[in-house]
Amino acid sequence: MIPIHIPTPLRPYAGRAPVVEVEAATVGEALRLLVERHAELRRHLYDDGGRLRRYVNVYRNDEDIRHLEREETSLGAGDSISIVPSIAGGAPGPPAWATGADGLPAMSQDDLLRYGRHLILPEVGLDGQRRIRAASVLVVGAGGLGSPLALYLAAAGVGRLGLVDYDRVDASNLQRQVLYGVSAIGRPKLEAAKARLADLNPGVRVDTYEVPLTSENALELVREYDVIVDGTDNFPTRYLVNDACVLEGKPNVYGSIFRFEGQASVFDARVGPCYRCLYPDPPPPGLVPSCAEGGVLGVLPGVIGVIQGIETLKLILGIGDSLAGRLLIFDALGMRFREMKLRKDPDCPICGERRTIHELIDYEAFCGIPNAQEAAVAQAEWEIGPRELQALQANGGALELIDVREPHEFEIALIPGAKLIPLSALPAHVSELDSSRQIVLYCHHGQRSMRALEYLYGTGFRKLKNLRGGIDAWSREIDPSVPRY
Amino acid sequence: MSLLLRAAHTERVHSHLCRVYPEEGCGVLLGRERDGVREVERTVELDNQREASRHNRYVISPEQFLRAEKEARAAGLDVLGFYHSHPDHPARPSAFDLEHAWPWYSYVIVSVERGRVADMRSWRLRDERSAFEPEPMAQDEPAPGERR
Repeated sequence: MIPIHIPTPLRPYAGRAPVVEVEAATVGEALRLLVERHAELRRHLYDDGGRLRRYVNVYRNDEDIRHLEREETSLGAGDSISIVPSIAGGAPGPPAWATGADGLPAMSQDDLLRYGRHLILPEVGLDGQRRIRAASVLVVGAGGLGSPLALYLAAAGVGRLGLVDYDRVDASNLQRQVLYGVSAIGRPKLEAAKARLADLNPGVRVDTYEVPLTSENALELVREYDVIVDGTDNFPTRYLVNDACVLEGKPNVYGSIFRFEGQASVFDARVGPCYRCLYPDPPPPGLVPSCAEGGVLGVLPGVIGVIQGIETLKLILGIGDSLAGRLLIFDALGMRFREMKLRKDPDCPICGERRTIHELIDYEAFCGIPNAQEAAVAQAEWEIGPRELQALQANGGALELIDVREPHEFEIALIPGAKLIPLSALPAHVSELDSSRQIVLYCHHGQRSMRALEYLYGTGFRKLKNLRGGIDAWSREIDPSVPRY
Repeated sequence: MSLLLRAAHTERVHSHLCRVYPEEGCGVLLGRERDGVREVERTVELDNQREASRHNRYVISPEQFLRAEKEARAAGLDVLGFYHSHPDHPARPSAFDLEHAWPWYSYVIVSVERGRVADMRSWRLRDERSAFEPEPMAQDEPAPGERR
C-alpha cells in the first residue's frame, strides 16, 4: 500500500484524513484511485482538461515528480506520495488581451471602441475579435465581388488583407465596384484600393499583388494566407484558385455573378467538395458570356461579395454552419435564395481518391482558350481598323455594315448606315445577307462580332471583316459624336 | 469563520510589505483554528520566488511551503494561510489569485499604495472554486500606522 499525504486544505474533501492509502504501480494511477474514492478532490487537483493543476506539486518521497517521470513515475514498497501546494497570486496586471501575452494580438482602447458591436456578441467577443485580427485573407480580384468584400473585411478588423489584381480603374467599373471613385479613374486598382482601405481602417495591413495570378505564383501566394476568397471573373483563374487551394489545403470562399444571378459556396477539399467536384470541366469558350459582354446588375456583386465576407468571418471565428457542401444560388429578379447540396466527387481529378492532378497546370489551355498570341494573329487576318472602314465608306465601296449588339445597345449608339442583327438572331437572318458583298461586323468591343464572323464563315461567307475595338474604337478614333458606354 | 491577527503581527506584515514595495511581498500565517476562529500565532516572511513581473506576481515554492509546514509542526501550529501585497491595487483578489487559489487557506491581501498600507482584507476560496468570499478579520487593537 502506498500512503498519499493530503495537505490540510484538501483534507475536508478526503474524508478529513491526513493520509489515504492506495494500491498502485505509478503516481498517475495512485492519483486516479484517490480521486475516484474522493470525487470532490478532482476539481482541486485537475483542471478542466484533466491535467494536474500547475500549482499542485506531487512528490514521490522527497522528489518532485516533474523531475522524475511525471505521472509515469513508478512506485514500489516503502514509497510515499505527498501533495504539496505551491502558492501564487498577485495584483491584477494588465489583462492578456491588452498585452498579447497569450499569443493573440493585443487590443487597445481605440480598438475596443471601434469593435464594440462585435465585442458584445458572445459568439465573437474579445477573443473572436483578436482571432479576426490574427487572420489573413487573400482576395483574388478587386472588382465587383472584391470591392464589398475587401471593404467589409477591413472594417471587421481582419489583420492582413492580400489583394490580387492588375487592372486600372475604368469609368464602367464604378457602377458596382464600390471601392473606387471618380478620382481613381485611370489609376491602378490596387493603388486606389489600398488608399481607401487604409482610410477605412488603418489597423489593417493591406498587401497588394499587381500581377496576374498564374500557375507560377499562385501556390506561393495562397500559402501565406489563412482563407482565400475567389472574386475572379473568368474560368481559367477560377480553376487556378481552386487547384492552388486544394494543393495547399486552404478554404476557398467562392462567388460568381451574372446579370441578375449569383452563386456562393465554400470549397474546402479537406472537409468537402472542391470547385472541380461541382464543375469537372469548364464550359466551351464563349458559351458563358462575361459580365462585360452579358451585363450585370450593379448591386448583385454587393450581395454575393458580402455573403463571401460573412463566410470568411465565420471560418475565421469557427462559428455557424459554413456553405461548405452547399451551393447557394441567388436570383435577384425573383428575390429568392435556393440551395443545392454538393457532394465530394470520388473521381475528382484533384481531390478524389485517384487524383490525376498533382501540380498546377496550364489553365488557359485547360479552358480551351487559344494562346493569346496565336489568337491575335488569327483574328488580325479578319480585322479592319476604324480608319480603314472610314476610308472604305468614303470611297463609296459597296459594303454591308452589320451591328450584332442587342437592340437596347443600338438605341444608345450606332454607326450610321449600320443594320441591326443581334448575334443571337443571326442564324435566322443569314438569308438576308448577300455573300458577294463585303460584310463588316461590329459590336461593343469586337468580341461578339468575332463570333458572328466565325458563324458566317462556317455557313460559307468569305468577304467578312470585323471592326477592331468595336463601336467604342469608332467613337474614340473617328466620330466622337457617337456616345460611348 | 474569522481570522484574528494581533497588532504585533499586523505590524510585522505591514512593515515587510512596505519594505519590498513596489514589488509584491508574501509570507505564511501560522496558528491554530478553534471553534471557527483562526488565530495567527506567528508570521513567516518569504522571499518572492518570482523572477519576472515581481511588481504584480508572487510565488511561494513547494520547498518554501514544506519548510514553513515543518516550522509549524515543530511549534504545534498549522499553516492557516498566506499574506501578500497588491502594490497600488485594491486588496481584492485578482483573477490570477483565483486561478491559483487553494481552498481552506486564509488569503490576506494588503493594498500598498505609494509605499503605504491603504487596506487589508482576508479572503477564502469557495468550495466550488468560482470565487473568493471575504473572511471577517479581527484585531485586538488597530495596528500602528494603519490608515482607516
